[in-house]
Amino acid sequence: MSEHISRRKIFGLGAAGVAAAGAGAIAARSLLAEPPVVHASSTSGAFPFYGEHQAGIVTPAQDRLHFVAFDVTTTRREELTGLLQEWTAAAARLTQGRDAGASGAVGGPPEAAPDDTGEALGLPASGLTLTVGFGASLFDDRFGLAARRPAALADLPRFPGERLIPEISGGDICVQACAHDPQVAVHAIRNLARIGFGKVTVRWSQLGFGRTSSTSRAQTTPRNLMGFKDGTNNMKLEDDDLVRDQLWAAAEDGADWMAGGSYLVTRKIRMTIETWDRTSLREQEDIFGRDKNEGAPAGKKNEFDPVDLAAMKPDAHVRLAHPTAHANAHLLRRGYNYVDGSDGLGRLDAGLFFIAYQRDPRRQFVPVQMSLAKNDPLNEYIKHVSSGMFACPPGVRDAGDYWGRQLFA
Amino acid sequence: MSAVSALTRLTIGALALAALTACAAETPTSSNGANGTAVPQQPGKVAVAASDTECKVAVAEVAAGTSTFTITNGGSKVTEFYVYAPGDRVMAEVENIVPGLTRDLIAELPAGTYETACKPGMVGKGIRGPLKVTGEHKPLNADAKLAEATASYKRYVKSQSDTLLIKTQEFVDTVKAGQIDKAKELFPISRTYWERIEPVAEIFGDLDPAIDAREADLAEGEEWTGFHKIEKDLWITKDISKDGPVADKLLADVKTIVEKANATELTPLNLANGAKELLDEVATGKITGEEDIWSHTDLWDFAANLQGSKAAVQSLRPVLEERSPALVKTLDEKFAAAEAELGTHQKGDGWRLHNELSKAELKKLSDVINALAEPISEIAPIVAK
Repeated sequence: MSEHISRRKIFGLGAAGVAAAGAGAIAARSLLAEPPVVHASSTSGAFPFYGEHQAGIVTPAQDRLHFVAFDVTTTRREELTGLLQEWTAAAARLTQGRDAGASGAVGGPPEAAPDDTGEALGLPASGLTLTVGFGASLFDDRFGLAARRPAALADLPRFPGERLIPEISGGDICVQACAHDPQVAVHAIRNLARIGFGKVTVRWSQLGFGRTSSTSRAQTTPRNLMGFKDGTNNMKLEDDDLVRDQLWAAAEDGADWMAGGSYLVTRKIRMTIETWDRTSLREQEDIFGRDKNEGAPAGKKNEFDPVDLAAMKPDAHVRLAHPTAHANAHLLRRGYNYVDGSDGLGRLDAGLFFIAYQRDPRRQFVPVQMSLAKNDPLNEYIKHVSSGMFACPPGVRDAGDYWGRQLFA
Repeated sequence: MSAVSALTRLTIGALALAALTACAAETPTSSNGANGTAVPQQPGKVAVAASDTECKVAVAEVAAGTSTFTITNGGSKVTEFYVYAPGDRVMAEVENIVPGLTRDLIAELPAGTYETACKPGMVGKGIRGPLKVTGEHKPLNADAKLAEATASYKRYVKSQSDTLLIKTQEFVDTVKAGQIDKAKELFPISRTYWERIEPVAEIFGDLDPAIDAREADLAEGEEWTGFHKIEKDLWITKDISKDGPVADKLLADVKTIVEKANATELTPLNLANGAKELLDEVATGKITGEEDIWSHTDLWDFAANLQGSKAAVQSLRPVLEERSPALVKTLDEKFAAAEAELGTHQKGDGWRLHNELSKAELKKLSDVINALAEPISEIAPIVAK
């Protein structure tokens, strides 16, 4: 069967002119006639799917998120690895602006249900990245993976004040879809969920509509729903040493299959927006330790001025979370604002879907969050309602490789 | 009961394969005895002694060609009798054999291995036994296989719709007699035959809503008739004294649709799409509890949709085995998984009520239906080739 024309080929080629610099990097895939686009400032282009690391981690944070956690329902290992291969093939297509399946949304026989759901027809790749991770619950006796659970994938401790809802926490496998167009992110998750029917079931999913962190110095710092710039001092892809030392797992960490991967922690943090909004500006700024307009640290003028912790309140958010308070522990955050409508009590059901990547949560997320959970005055306005932790394997090398191959080898 | 016997005569006139006989004494094969030990006196005649716990088929082997099974229900529960080809493909079946009754089932069986099944209480896999059919096996060509698929499904529609008429009549009679408790018992049972073949009924657009509309489906000022109007009166207002005309109209509409359904030519694509639509019904109406919001008998409808879907799929089995054996294997697995999950909610001869199921239990049902419906959606392009 001949390949149906890409839904976004025209867009992709158009964008290629904008980003010709990226062409060389993916020349190996020119056989596939895919749009060679790598450009942070283009919101329509495509990021390479294949590589040493998974895309969607240091990739400059896109504007929209659809995050999903699956439970595996099949008990057959070969069905699970078969699904990961199917997913990888679909992800390789989707991230390049193509349909999920070979015949596509409209290219198949009229009697058949199309192998792509179609809502992204005519839309460009929109910077879509798909990033997979494996939760601790996958490492039980169902698939013989118990011995391969990385030490760094230790269960999180209980943090004071958290009110976790089990139904929207955890999961065997997660997929993070980030894109500049929400329709493209939702389309990707929907098609992966469809491919997974009978093998996995969606445990929970979350939409996010505005990035709350920058992962590149080329990006401006966005604001969270409390109105503050978030992630000014986030780990950025340009921070070579930090990225090497604190983001990517290495074989010597204990789990060789995770070499080049990273550990993901998600926290759904509900904000009681209404009470926050009634809080005085001074108190808001004291709580964060930054000024609201510029984002400058307390006592400084500009956002990126060096932080003077002594100028902040002892329990200011920035001070509590600062690397110097935690043996220089950094996180790569790429969270999203969310609004799930209203809560039935006339209040916004809104907050932050926190996402952080790191080399070892035991030395990074856990001490930082424990300190915040115990001391942060922000806790009066927020509540952690969901939690997830996933081991995200290294990148897919080429069309013969698949998500998690090293784990199942 | 005069209405019933009038209907019985009408039904006999319409019956092509399953001849209803009024009582055991009138059956020509009664001399064989109902205990299943006697050898049939004529070639192709097979006595079946059904009870609540047994399904004694007089012989384990018949010759290829036409066989007549004479099923006598010596038990206390209404039973059904099936002849299945591999994969539970229905070769022939007879419904609604009430205690004490004998019914004949005429089946055309090519050489091969089959299973017989009695289903006392009309639920579950039934009491199974092997049946071997010997003789010359004539392989069918592709067109003949497709033709046989639709013919086989038409036989299914025929037997289901015949029983639908009988069961609707019983339901309507009890409603008109003001017997609320009895009518509540019959409500999910009569709907079973409707739900098994609903996609065929839906071909006739305006009659389906007249029979099966839910209150929430109606436009303002629209007249509400059918099963669910009576359901609300049985369970909520507890007053069916004014439902006589609604009951009469329900029966009349069912009669019309049964006649139309049996006169309709079906294509293999109809079967494939019908099988998918039945599972869509489960996914959108039954798992959510929206189908029977007052009686909460959604799982009866769920089971019937699943059975109807399987009947349509299995009619196509010989075609699918040739064109996509891997899909047949997947379908077998997924049907089995769905039946097993639903089976955990069986309660006596019926099912747990929808509002007795936890959200986690409903999610499991939803998962097995999704797992089954995706491969079922792959059937249409395969039979359309």
